[in-house]
Amino acid sequence: MDFTEEQIKRYSRHIILPEVGGRGQKKLLKSSVFLVGAGGLGCPAAFYLAAAGVGKLGIADNDDVDHSNLQRQILHSSKDIGYPKALSAKATLEALNPDVEVVPYMQRLTSENIMDIIKDYDVILDGSDNFPTRYLVNDACVLLKKPLSHGSIFRFEGQVTTILPGDGPCYRCLFETPPPPGMVPSCQEAGVLGVLPGVIGVIQATEVVKLLLGKGQLLKGQLLLYNAFTMDFKKVKIRRNPQCPVCGENPTIKELVDYQEFCQVHF
Amino acid sequence: MQLIVNGERGDYPEGLTIQGLLTRLGIAQRPVAVEVNKKVVPKAEHTSRELTENDTLEIVTFVGGG
Repeated sequence: MDFTEEQIKRYSRHIILPEVGGRGQKKLLKSSVFLVGAGGLGCPAAFYLAAAGVGKLGIADNDDVDHSNLQRQILHSSKDIGYPKALSAKATLEALNPDVEVVPYMQRLTSENIMDIIKDYDVILDGSDNFPTRYLVNDACVLLKKPLSHGSIFRFEGQVTTILPGDGPCYRCLFETPPPPGMVPSCQEAGVLGVLPGVIGVIQATEVVKLLLGKGQLLKGQLLLYNAFTMDFKKVKIRRNPQCPVCGENPTIKELVDYQEFCQVHF
Repeated sequence: MQLIVNGERGDYPEGLTIQGLLTRLGIAQRPVAVEVNKKVVPKAEHTSRELTENDTLEIVTFVGGG
């Protein structure tokens, strides 16, 4: 694959970086990333991944754009109200960079469809807004051995970690089972500072770019905690849990669970 | 007994359990993950696990929004 003249200009600031270079840029152009959610985290992450020239972006979101999204979900505009988020995201990203193919999925991920949908992507970026999806995505990535960038936000706080199945802890190693429904309020119930997901989503995109390039240090085995209110960044080490139900020595989760049902049984 | 909780050293009563500590901190009702000396302690053991001098704890709250 040779660069066109336009591509040489577009990616010039990458190409002159020794850690990226022409070879790294070509890698990015041949890579694919699957984003779970085109919301607060998915929007800034996808925006930068598209700008960076990641060749294919899959985006799953079954919501339509609402006025209350526009304070932080920067791929969508006032004109997109009522329009599916996955399509609105696609239009914005392809306008930014025609090198990028955006594949929209306007469906909710379930234990039935997730494996098929994500299996051909190189890296998964979780920016979902609910625990059932987060656990489903974690388990699917562990079972498929897909690298996963995890990000989550609440009010002024954010958390990020990079999960490399088989080579570091997964989300369940730290949070073994989901919290009981209703125990953790959602952003809708508790609010979120609009710029917060920008910080966390872009950290996720940074991790994904390094992963695709095979360069730099990753947040493997580390949970980065960010507090926008006090402007604190802190890292907590997390380890593989030998008793982890999905990636431990004797895993009890061998197929995917749709966590809503799971909760009704257990809580 | 001295404990280091989320990076801060402090004095705590002997025999304090993880659940007891969470109660003292006012977060007993909140879903959290607790690491003691870099190892995650399963929630089922929070009420029985007694802390000892110089244990280092990280308490991480669930954050799920996107």
